[in-house]
Amino acid sequence: MNARFRLGRVVLYTLLGLLAVVYLTPIYMTLVTALKPAAEINLETAWNPPNHPYWASFVDAFTRMFPNLRNSIILTMFGTILSALLGSLNGYVLSKWRFRGANLIFTLMLFGMFIPYQIILIPLFQTLRTMHLYGGLPGLILAHVVYGIPITTLIFRNFYVQIPNEVVESASLDGAGFFGIYWRIVFPLSWLGMVVVIIWQFTQIWNDFLFGVTLTSHEWQPITVALAYLAGGQAVQWNLPMAGSILAALPPLLIYIIFGRYFIRGLLAGSVKG
Amino acid sequence: MRSRKDRVFSILVLFPSIVLLGIFVYWFIGQTIYISLTDWGKVAPLAAHPPIHFIGLENYKTLFTGILEGRFCQDLVNTFFFTLFFVLGSIVLGLFLAILLDREPKGKGVLRTLFLYPMSLSFIVTGTIWRWLLAPRGGINVLPRLVGLPALRFEWTNSRTQILQFDWQDIPKLTVLVVAAVLVLLAVRNLRRGRKWQGLFTGIPAIGLVLWYIFGGSLIPSAGLLFPERHGFNLAIIGIIIAAIWQFSGYTMALYLAGLRGIPEELREAARIDGCNEFQMYRRVALPLLKPITLSAVIILGHISLKTFDLVFAMTGPDHASTDMPSVLMFIRTFRGNQFAIGAAIAVVLFILVAMVVIPYLFSSLRRRSSE
Repeated sequence: MNARFRLGRVVLYTLLGLLAVVYLTPIYMTLVTALKPAAEINLETAWNPPNHPYWASFVDAFTRMFPNLRNSIILTMFGTILSALLGSLNGYVLSKWRFRGANLIFTLMLFGMFIPYQIILIPLFQTLRTMHLYGGLPGLILAHVVYGIPITTLIFRNFYVQIPNEVVESASLDGAGFFGIYWRIVFPLSWLGMVVVIIWQFTQIWNDFLFGVTLTSHEWQPITVALAYLAGGQAVQWNLPMAGSILAALPPLLIYIIFGRYFIRGLLAGSVKG
Repeated sequence: MRSRKDRVFSILVLFPSIVLLGIFVYWFIGQTIYISLTDWGKVAPLAAHPPIHFIGLENYKTLFTGILEGRFCQDLVNTFFFTLFFVLGSIVLGLFLAILLDREPKGKGVLRTLFLYPMSLSFIVTGTIWRWLLAPRGGINVLPRLVGLPALRFEWTNSRTQILQFDWQDIPKLTVLVVAAVLVLLAVRNLRRGRKWQGLFTGIPAIGLVLWYIFGGSLIPSAGLLFPERHGFNLAIIGIIIAAIWQFSGYTMALYLAGLRGIPEELREAARIDGCNEFQMYRRVALPLLKPITLSAVIILGHISLKTFDLVFAMTGPDHASTDMPSVLMFIRTFRGNQFAIGAAIAVVLFILVAMVVIPYLFSSLRRRSSE
């Protein structure tokens, strides 16, 4: 039994080690390629580490993508904060101020996060054009806020449901009204929900491509669009898109590494457990 | 007590979101459906008041039978195979990873972080990196050289091979066959469990369909094309499937890990006392308990894969016919060609496919919520 147990452990660690290598391989390749000058990149020797780390790829990619980086930062900041605020208030109403038909309304709202956005893209494009919001960041932010409402509402609602109704009732006996209960009870008790939502929305908006590529003009494109075009041309010098990938991946990756637990909670919330 | 004023507040707070979603989701969906029934895009599509005429289902006819739009049917086939293998692969690999981590190895936390990190990346980043990894003369193909083996020759996304070919004309026939097969399976299961009536209800139509297929095969209408049209599984998609599984298997792992944590130790112990080894414990005890998780994973991954756009765009660009998907074609027709009506029709087909997966799921969770 003991020998069998130990053999099992050996197999387990071997498998895990192999899988870990497989999952890390793309990162290795990205780093190695980004750190080579264009002349040193060769399909045959793609896996070799660089002779000397060549940091200029990053400088180059950064200068080229700087405007897009700036756009993405502005877009993500406003999109995240606004959709989190709306979601928080909606979640509060839908968990603590339920009315007849609240569940149906909630389900109809949730539907918005499952639709393929192609089905709303043409009217959205037209509407933004008539509102003179097409091409710039405000229109893009509006789209992200509106289509972020379902998921933020869902996560907040699920957090607020866990707050016992007695707490809310006793606060309202003490004279707290709708907003008083929200500010003094619900909001402070569920700051964790805010963390989960902010991390989730940040990642989603930062990583978005479809809205970015269809709703903005060249000047206001977010970083994902710039990266796609950087890598998409003919005769690509691969150190550049690889360095660009690292730049585009770094913000969400850092957040994931630092706040992994909350990221996973957002991820699991997306699978509608409400 | 809760005052009437506060009730009004609560409605007022929710109101803007309801209006926004009402317009941006439901009204827009209606508009897209309407656009798909017009000829918008033929003349001066971007004018302030473009001439738009109602033409019924013409655009759909063009998509499914037109010679002008031969790409669309193959796009649907591509999406079908992509979804099938991507969902299957992510679930199998994710479950495997979850079971390995459930054995409580040292460094479990680090490993979990490591298997899940691709989920935090943008599809564009994933696509760019994998495009380089799958370069036909480099990347993964030259890996065997490092240990002295010959390089691989597979062309990945440049591959032009198509397997599992069938004639699009036969789609109605194939549908009859698939429905018959499902009904036969259901009937057998019902009869085995002693449910005679349900068995008859599923068995009789099943037999009917099989007979129709065998004796009346020529009476089943064809798909309405003028010429036979071959479609099949483009091997170029394999590369995209691999990249997608790399990104999403961590997600299914996280789902299954959460499920495995919920299985009480007593239950596992009971299985061991009954003589199950660890493998049997997972098969007999854990897997059946994880069924609801598998169902959610299939639905979530299924609807994500039907919408796939960014990954294809980044890995092969939007103009690569062998890896094309409806979402990509919609983008090209709408935003490059200004053919809004055709773009809308593609979007509607995509929407119907996704809705078939998602709506039953949403309604079952609504029912659960209401019974709480």
